[in-house]
Amino acid sequence: MLIECRDVCLAYENHIVVKGLSFTVDSGDYLCVIGENGSGKTTLMRALLGLKDVSGGSIEFRDGLKMHEIGYMPQQNGAQRNFPASVREIVLSGMTGRSGFGLFYSKHDKEEAVKCMERLGIYPLRDRSYRELSGGQQQRVLLARAACAAGRLLLLDEPASGLDELASEELYGLISEMNRKQGVAVIMVTHDVNRALRDATHILHLHKDETFFGDKESYAQCSVCSHHVHAGGCREEKCD
Amino acid sequence: MTEALNTLIDIFSLSFMVRAFVTGALISLCAALLGVNLVLKRYSMIGDGLSHVGFGALAAAAAMNAAPLKVAIPVVIITAILLLRLSESGVIKGDSAIAVVSSCALAFGVLVVSLTSTGVNLNSYMFGSIYAVSEDEMILSIVLTVSVVLLYAVFYNKMFAVTFDENFARATGMHAEVYNMISACLTAVTVVLGMRLVGSLLISSLIVFPPLIAIRLCSTYRKTVIVSAVSGVMCVSAGIIISFLIDAPASACIVLTSLAVYAAACIIKKLKGQVCRHRNG
Repeated sequence: MLIECRDVCLAYENHIVVKGLSFTVDSGDYLCVIGENGSGKTTLMRALLGLKDVSGGSIEFRDGLKMHEIGYMPQQNGAQRNFPASVREIVLSGMTGRSGFGLFYSKHDKEEAVKCMERLGIYPLRDRSYRELSGGQQQRVLLARAACAAGRLLLLDEPASGLDELASEELYGLISEMNRKQGVAVIMVTHDVNRALRDATHILHLHKDETFFGDKESYAQCSVCSHHVHAGGCREEKCD
Repeated sequence: MTEALNTLIDIFSLSFMVRAFVTGALISLCAALLGVNLVLKRYSMIGDGLSHVGFGALAAAAAMNAAPLKVAIPVVIITAILLLRLSESGVIKGDSAIAVVSSCALAFGVLVVSLTSTGVNLNSYMFGSIYAVSEDEMILSIVLTVSVVLLYAVFYNKMFAVTFDENFARATGMHAEVYNMISACLTAVTVVLGMRLVGSLLISSLIVFPPLIAIRLCSTYRKTVIVSAVSGVMCVSAGIIISFLIDAPASACIVLTSLAVYAAACIIKKLKGQVCRHRNG
């Protein structure tokens, strides 16, 4: 077991976003977090990363999981899109957390970064400026940076937002591959329920009153899913 | 040619000009380096806010007959840390927090100066007096420059990670707040010393112009940092020489020289873009 959340409560200034949330993540799992806007998906992500304190309950790292073994791919913000940095610089920055008090990148760090870039097919772009890349390429760069940092766990927040179908298909493919081939556990926030049901092993559905956590087979038969159909979050045929 | 050389020799034979040059070049180097991160994180107005606070503190120091730098530097450092905290916590949006703090500090300073008859020259705080830089200020600027350059040289990779994506840096186990705190303190000292150079009304130009020029021209972070530092030093040096030659205020010359260089950078970028498109199309 990598992460155990017990009765977690998350709140912003007296406004409770998530309460009574319990779930676990094992190594090799692929957990998709779904739910409507405002249901607390991103807040949960921030809490897992230690960027936000929990108001109740506990989030524990098990099995010796360390902060610097977690890779994180945040939603892109506007300031980043025009940032003057090369692809290589950004991917390498994924290694800074791991190097601890080390100030410079070691040879090993650089080789790891090259491997990540090759795996995600952005090695030919390594000297290009980030701001000149297409949206899909930028997302890949951020994924490569996360992959550099991810020893055992990868957290993704809407990785495919703003991408066209082809580019998001490719990106999801790369994420599944990292999960299957390198055995990296994945926790992904997504709007795309169809995609979640295809790749994930487990589903966490956040909803005001009922929260669902379980493997995807039991999710397909669960009643919370029907809420989601009413909310217009997914197409009916996939929720049968 | 010899005439121009003679003028330069004339300029550097004056000890106040040498002090002005050394301090000007060092402060602009610091401002340009720290500015890269401030501009990229959309915190450029922090420099402006801090300078107004610095003005208030200097006015208060003059009224109390205290040493101006000893009062202004701690006050501005504390403000920098508070502003940083405030924008991070999201209680008040960063830009409105800065607007409130800076206008109140300016009002306070003006009031103090007008109520106490200290004979303080408002102009020299507002618009700088680079030719009146003291020995102490020059030494302080050397210490400051060494700290800033060390920060960038030693923590270069960490600074990049924190600037590009603070959340990611924190999430992967880096102490982003430490780096933010250090750069806030150094920015505060830079702003107080920079007030001497170009005054509290124009100091943000030292922080904002060089990074903007560099961001226009460069494609990598490393180049951006270097070009920003070089262009900062060059604009201030050129501005001082021009001001000496045409006998005009140094601050105005420095700011307008920066503007001219920025405009040139924009034009270069445009032309380059057209050449690229021409080639590709």
